[in-house]
Parts: sequence; structure tokens; C-alpha cells
Amino acid sequence: MKREPRRPGFWPLACVFAGFVLFLYGPVITIFVLSFQGPEGGLTFPMRGLSTHWYAELGKGLGVVDIGAALRRSFSLGAVVMLLTVLLSLSAGLAFRKRLPGGNALFYVTVASLIMPSIIVSLGIALQFRLLDAALKWLLEAVGAGSMLEGYTTSLGLYTSGLGAHLSWTLPFGLLIMFAVFNRFNPAYEEAARDQGATPWQSLRHVVLPLIAPSVVGIGMFGFTLSWDEISRSSQAVGELNTLPLELQGLTTTVTTPAIYALGTLTTGVSLAVVTAALIAVAALRRRRAAPR
Amino acid sequence: MNAPGLSDALSAAEPVVAARPRPARRDAGVPAWLQALPFAAVFVFFFIAPLVLVAAVSLWPTSDYALVPGFTFDNYATIFAGCGNLADPCVTLKTYASTLRFSLTAWAITLVLGFTIAYFLAFHVRSVAMQTLLFVVCTIPFWTSNVIRMISWLPLLGRNGLVNQAMLGAGLVDQPVEWLLFSQFSVVLTFVHLNTMFMLVPIFNSMMRIDRSLLEAAEDAGATAWQTLWHVIVPLSRTGVLIGSIFVITLVMGDFVTVGVMGGQQIASVGKIIQVQTSYLQFPLAAANAVVLLAVVLLIIVALNRLVDLRKEL
Repeated sequence: MKREPRRPGFWPLACVFAGFVLFLYGPVITIFVLSFQGPEGGLTFPMRGLSTHWYAELGKGLGVVDIGAALRRSFSLGAVVMLLTVLLSLSAGLAFRKRLPGGNALFYVTVASLIMPSIIVSLGIALQFRLLDAALKWLLEAVGAGSMLEGYTTSLGLYTSGLGAHLSWTLPFGLLIMFAVFNRFNPAYEEAARDQGATPWQSLRHVVLPLIAPSVVGIGMFGFTLSWDEISRSSQAVGELNTLPLELQGLTTTVTTPAIYALGTLTTGVSLAVVTAALIAVAALRRRRAAPR
Repeated sequence: MNAPGLSDALSAAEPVVAARPRPARRDAGVPAWLQALPFAAVFVFFFIAPLVLVAAVSLWPTSDYALVPGFTFDNYATIFAGCGNLADPCVTLKTYASTLRFSLTAWAITLVLGFTIAYFLAFHVRSVAMQTLLFVVCTIPFWTSNVIRMISWLPLLGRNGLVNQAMLGAGLVDQPVEWLLFSQFSVVLTFVHLNTMFMLVPIFNSMMRIDRSLLEAAEDAGATAWQTLWHVIVPLSRTGVLIGSIFVITLVMGDFVTVGVMGGQQIASVGKIIQVQTSYLQFPLAAANAVVLLAVVLLIIVALNRLVDLRKEL
């Protein structure tokens, strides 16, 4: 190992870096610690005792908000978004490897969606579904389906407008990861498969997919965690039932106990658990590929 | 090596056209357009159509709760009513000025900070393993909800927060400082906390692509570290800087959550105006505001593109 002296500027820069990391993590660690306040404890230091009291409080619910239901809603929406993000990005990624008429336009639209201020997309989707409602009501009236009209309220919902809003945010990440993957992909493997007489489906199933599996897991991880934490695009577009981050945003002004820190710690835990699970899966896939058979 | 993730996603944004996967020599199996159809359909239905509707509805007359088609510039007239007088600007102009100020401040700080960190990681940390580790350390907070990262400042910045306690204890101040929380300061601080990563990642990626022999050449030619930085590294990191800038500026310009939570619901921003108007079901007005916001954001992006020609970088 060569041991040259550090170049000038190393230590000042290292201090900046350390400060930055402290800046990034300090606050989050603070609320993690404070979430374990004793029952007498407040929103700030000092710690008064050590307990899981505020997690128990959280379990009882915070005021009128049903945290459990919001958590379940966010989780299942995240799962659906994850699945669709993987399927649609993978399929589109494969399409972009072939001659795809209009591919350039699709690419620019995708990037535009990534950098479009989310409030505009959210407002647009809300408008779209309200106009859809109006059109449906008019249609139902026209065909004289009065009973259906009474039961009908709105098409805005978690799995209609909400799902679309989330996909418009997660899919660009999915496609960009696919591009990064296929940029490094050696097509010789596929050609070899084809020469051996594999059908396109066989070469995808047995050659391409196993090779890109770690990245596909990464796309799934992105899909879930981006949806799990999403606020801006959902804000106008989820309908009546809110997701967890939206409830959390509302709670910032009403809840004045460490229970909110407990909730924060809990949702961060879910995010990190998904990321960790994905990284473990990636590592396992890589090991299996590297192992001699 | 890096786990697949944000660095991939943000770096892939760089080679916009050039690095797109080359078409395979022979099209086989499912036609390409069919494979891309579900993906494209999502963007047609949940991105393009909504934007077209926003533009259309911004021209509809304002009415109570109902959406009535029509054609009028009244909404825009309402937004800019009384804006002719620059000595005493109207609410809209003030709001845009304040939002722009937040954007520029956050942009400048995240740029300097992101560039410094990226430079340190790319050129001063020697082993690849260490580089990867430190880089991952920086990206982990990205996986936490923004609202949680916001509320995590409360116990630090509040009236009885850690910062005030420390300053009182050290005898720096006689009474707690009030402007730390629910102020312009806390909003900018949070923007930097949330968004530096969007600057750091693309710049780091650009720097990692710089041919290291160029640095040796500069050194051999007698350049100081500072000259190498300014004349070699900065120009070659421009693409990353541009991509990071676009991310940070669009995120801050459209933001309403950070400004709301960290400004104590007291500071106006364009995004917040749109959100409030939507909650009162004033859709045509909100749509008109959204169109104006979009125009401003596009102008900034075009200006940035002028500054750094993305096409030439590819």
C-alpha cells in the first residue's frame, strides 16, 4: 500500500464532510431518542425517563386520526405502486432497446414528469377526475340510472387518481434505472441464447432477467419507498382517505406530544426496512450469480 | 459496487440521448410499441392529460364549486390585479419574489455544499470502497419521509430547543432566540437539509467520469490544486451541476409542504397558494396560478440551459 501524504485541503474538506453528515443525521437521531421519552416528557430535551409510552399512545390513535388505517392504506398502495413500477418500467426498458417509434418523445415526457413541480400534476389529476365525475353523472342521468346516480360520489380515490399520481412520480425513476442497466448490458449473452435456439421469451426469462434481477429489485425498492413517503403529488389527488404522510403533515400542527416522534420513527423504520430488505436481496442475487455451479 | 439506486437513476438522466440503449439488430418477440404501451399510457393519462386540463381550466370562468367550461382571461387578470404598480407590488408578485428568493438561496447553498462534498468524495477519498460507503451514508436520509425530516428540527430549533438551551448555557444570549423556528431561516435550512442530495448525486457522478489523467496532466504542467479545480474539474462537472440545479430549483419553486410546516403556516409560496385555492375548490384560479408557475420554472430551466449547453455536453 502506498502511503502518500494527504493532498492539501484534505482535512478541511473532511471536516466539512463530517459536519454535513452530522447535519443530515443529527435531527433524525434527535427525534428517535425523544420518541422514547417517559410519560412526563415533552417535545424537547431533557429526557424525562425512558419508556415506550408514546408508542403505546400512538397505538391508541392520535385524536380523530386513525393511524392504523392510514398505515395500512399507505402500505398496500405502496405495494401496488411497487408492482406496477417494476412491471411497466421493465417492459418499457425492454421496448427502448428495440427500434421504438416515438421513443424520444416518450423519454422527454418521462423526464418532464420527473422535474415538473408536483403541485401542478396533483392539481391536474384532481381536475381530471372531477371532470370525469361530472361526465359520468351526466351520462348516468342521460340513461336514466337514477339509483346508481344516488350511490355515486366520486371517482377520485386511492387506487384511481392516487395510484396514477404516484406512478407519474415513480415510473421516471424506474425507467432511468432501466436505462442505466441496459447501458451496461452485454447483448452477447442474448445472441448466444438466440444462437442456441432460444425463443425471445426464453432468452428473456432465462438469460436477461437473471442478469438484471438486482436492478429490478432496486426499482421495486424505489417504487415502494417513493410512494410510501409521497406527499406533494397525492395532496390533491387521493380523494377522501388520506395516506400516512398526508395524515402526518396534518398532525404536525395539532399533535404536541412525543407521540408524533414515535410515528416518525416508525415510518422511517418501515422505509429503512424495505431498503435493507432490497439490499439483502440484491446481495443474495449477486452471490448466486457469482457462485460456480 | 454501488447498490442500484439513486445514483443510477440520477446519473442516467445525464446521457439524455446518446447513451440510450442501442436498438438490437433484429426485432423479435413482442413488438416494441406494445411493450412500451402501458408505460406510455400512464403518462398520457396521468401527466399529459392533466397538464392540458390545467391549461384549459385556467381559461374557464370562476364559479362556486362547479366547473363550467368557457373562455376568459379573468383568472389571470385576478391574479395580476394591481401588479402594475412596482413601488407597492401586488400579492402575486410579492409571493413570486419570495418563492424565487427561497429558490435562489437554497440553490446557491446546496450547490456550494453539494459540490464541496462531491469534490471531497471523488478526489480526496482514495479507496473505492470508502468512496462508496461515504456516498451511501449521504444518500440514506433520502429514504426518510420529508415531513419527518422537517419535524425532527423542532426539538432542535424551538424556543426551548437544544440550540437555544446550548446558547443560553454558554451565555451567548440572555433569552431564547425566536427566529430559529417558523421563520425564513428554518425554511431555508430545511430546504438545504432535504435537497442537497439532489445536487450532490449528479455532481458526484459527473466527477467520477472525469479522466484522472487530465488531473495528472494539469499537475505536471504546474497547475496548483486550486487552478486544477477551477480550470479542469469545474468545467467538466457542468452537466452534473446543471442537472442538480434543475432538480433543486423545480423542487423548491413548487414546494408547499416545507414552507407550510417550517414557516409555521405564515409564509406564502406559489405552491401554497395553489394548494389553498384548490382546497376552497377555486379550480380555475388555482389552474391559472399553476400555468404561471410552470412558465416561470420553464424560463429558469431554459436560462440554465443557455448557461450550460446540455446538448454539447453529451
